[in-house]
Amino acid sequence: MVKQLGTEVVVIGGGIMGASTALFLRQRGIQVVVLERDLCGSRSSGVNFGGVRRQGRSLAMLPLSQRAHQHWGRLTALIGTEAEYERSGHFKIARSEADMDSLVRYAEKTRDCGLDLQLLDGAALHKRFPIGGAQVVGGSFCPDDGQANPRLLSPAFATAAARAGAQVFEHTPVLEVAHNGQRFVVRTPDMEIRANVVVNAAGAWAGQFAEQCGEPVPMRIRPPAMGVTEPLPFFLHWSLGVEGGSIYCRQVRRGNVVFGGGPGLVLDDTRARNRHTTVWAQLPQLVELLPQLKNAQLIRTWSGNEGALPDHEPIISESSRQAGLYHAFGFAGGGFQLGPGVGDVMAELIAQGRSSTPIDAFRIDRFSDPACST
Amino acid sequence: MIGSDFYLDDPRPADGPPVIVGAGPAGIRAAQTLLAHGLRPVVIDEAPKAGGQIYRRQPDGFGRTPKDLYGFEAGRASDLHQTFDRLRPQLDYRPDTLVWNAQGHSLDLLHTAQRTADSLRWRDLIVATGATDRVLPVPGWTLPGVYTLGGAQVALKYQGCAIGDAVVFAGTGPLLYLVAYQYAKAGGRVLAVLDTAPAVQRYKAAPAMLAQPTVAAKGVYFLSWLMFHDVPVHHGVQLLRAEGADRVQAMVWKDAQGAEQRTNCSAIGLGYALRPETQLADLLGCEFAFAPLHRCYVPQIDADRRSSVPGVYLAGDGAGIMGADAAEISGELAALALLQDRGIKTDAARQAKLRQQLDKTQQFRQALEVAFPFPDDWAARAPDELVVCRCENITAGELRSTAASQPQGDINRIKALCRVGMGRCQGRMCGVAATEILADTLQVPVAQIGRIRGQAPIKPLPLDMTVVSADQEASHG
Repeated sequence: MVKQLGTEVVVIGGGIMGASTALFLRQRGIQVVVLERDLCGSRSSGVNFGGVRRQGRSLAMLPLSQRAHQHWGRLTALIGTEAEYERSGHFKIARSEADMDSLVRYAEKTRDCGLDLQLLDGAALHKRFPIGGAQVVGGSFCPDDGQANPRLLSPAFATAAARAGAQVFEHTPVLEVAHNGQRFVVRTPDMEIRANVVVNAAGAWAGQFAEQCGEPVPMRIRPPAMGVTEPLPFFLHWSLGVEGGSIYCRQVRRGNVVFGGGPGLVLDDTRARNRHTTVWAQLPQLVELLPQLKNAQLIRTWSGNEGALPDHEPIISESSRQAGLYHAFGFAGGGFQLGPGVGDVMAELIAQGRSSTPIDAFRIDRFSDPACST
Repeated sequence: MIGSDFYLDDPRPADGPPVIVGAGPAGIRAAQTLLAHGLRPVVIDEAPKAGGQIYRRQPDGFGRTPKDLYGFEAGRASDLHQTFDRLRPQLDYRPDTLVWNAQGHSLDLLHTAQRTADSLRWRDLIVATGATDRVLPVPGWTLPGVYTLGGAQVALKYQGCAIGDAVVFAGTGPLLYLVAYQYAKAGGRVLAVLDTAPAVQRYKAAPAMLAQPTVAAKGVYFLSWLMFHDVPVHHGVQLLRAEGADRVQAMVWKDAQGAEQRTNCSAIGLGYALRPETQLADLLGCEFAFAPLHRCYVPQIDADRRSSVPGVYLAGDGAGIMGADAAEISGELAALALLQDRGIKTDAARQAKLRQQLDKTQQFRQALEVAFPFPDDWAARAPDELVVCRCENITAGELRSTAASQPQGDINRIKALCRVGMGRCQGRMCGVAATEILADTLQVPVAQIGRIRGQAPIKPLPLDMTVVSADQEASHG
């Protein structure tokens, strides 16, 4: 028996983007239904590194990142839990003079963006952050960046949205989205939902849906390669990154060191894992960066399917084809911190027809525009 | 398929020797069968010596005889050990080697002694990873001096020492009596055997037990021997708690009449039969199904031990607990299926006979389940302060309150929220107990709680290991 339902907005995907969109829509008094194929926050939103970092983001993304930062600052009021969020600082290390130059240039370019970056040379760094041994020549510290537990936080956004009056359906895949000329008709195995607005926040699976809507994007799945050590005495206060990539890590309050870097492995449409060659590359880098880990043990690895676009920017945009359709996906490697900012922007777009934060760089049609093609 | 540059694309190799993981009764018989048909398998074993847990071999220079160590099973143990020693020169044998991951058609190995790592490609693979204790904790179980039954047995067989000088064995299942007997026989002081199964269950099961009269007779013998030697055996008990300050000093329990009893002791061996070790099968992508007999999810197999993954065969307890004798049979069956799939002629009559023997064991297993029923009321009685997951110190109360907010009951979600099964053991030890508590809290069948997803590494991996070579081809035999 198919249940009929009418609402203002249907959000496809109960990850951090979809759930925070629903939450901010409810705060604006708008009716919303969230459809999640599995469990809310069980995919990329719940399996990522947990970095809550603005440092290192592109200039185009910083305003949005700052807007998200405001929401992180009042997280408990927003979703009712802090999910191990702390402004522990994010520290980016340079292993060569060239990398240090790159950190200096970034600090100059972003001087007016509110990151308050502190540049440290080798001596100052070793005094303040006794890590990394001799191979670290300097670094850049962002004191108000931090970390949180995505396993707790992403489901909490969905719970908060539900508490605020969103109807959240888990284990509810979307079979079809059609438009009857007046409204969208969204079909699931046991529901037919009519809505004026549809938000595509389906993460790694959002590209398929965009393609069905006639606006394909060159999205590829990029699985992160995550791992965690056994719990160790607490020694690492900051979330750590390395300029140029390769390895990043943080220590949770329980004592485990969570790390990532390099590619994972896509097993099939829904599953991903870390890969053995990546693990072999990660472990020595980790021990080199943090000699405290020399005798530690790796207890678990994981990954998830994340969508990435060629210019490394996400899609946050109204559809170029269908009025009432909105997209928010393609955040591989950086969506977690943006989550509350994206939700707020999407709700604003839907409610007011415009965003007060610049999001032009994230238009869905940027890949079909010849001037932007690569 | 979704688009990715990081897609797993690893076609099955056209050639290469068969690989066997595990050198217990199943792995040894599989190796023997393959050799007899002209194939030279690679045998990977985590232990330093072949034999598995049940026929675990001693370090060099160990003084006690097989008869002392294995009792009735001495003949079988010696036969398996000798078989392996005789075959060893023809095998590509790799002891002290942990398979920590499976990726496509590669196994990732850690050579524990040297802390080196490499990979081994496989074309066909017999997984004989065995079992571990099924643990249902009691308050106080994390005190020093409390062991699992299997752990107590390994201490005796492998290290020649007892877990304490005054021991209580508690729980249920055939292993309870076997270990108590072995301890008492070896000169250990066994203060009590506390069986949660009511005595009446034994009589109910007796007719079906006669499917395997010799095995049943052994059970009767152990029990009689213990009673004849004045070891108190209590049926239908409830285990209340282990007590002690710095280490265990007493077991407190309720007898069948409901009176509280206290047995002072220096050690406790605790266990409720065994659970299959299925992580490798999981990482290999084998399909699982809930098996009511085992009260857990097990990888699916056909009558000849083929898994759902082409080229992967599951032998021994890893696909469902059947015991050591059945492990030998299933090892041979798995090897014969592999040979058949390679187009090598096998003896159909022999296969039919092995299948029939396994069917008989299956009937006997059902009877054992009647004789030593899983304590259905364990979860309901577990107090809130009971530590269920000792790696992460998660209590029954925390599990219950987490479950209360998760009507779906999925154990992976509950793991994410409260850290149960997130420590060094990755749920191997606490998974059974956690599942029981969740099912009881939500009042749903155990099957609905699901199973903890396998994630590499199967066991903790040293961060400072050295990678020897990325993809080593198995040597051709």
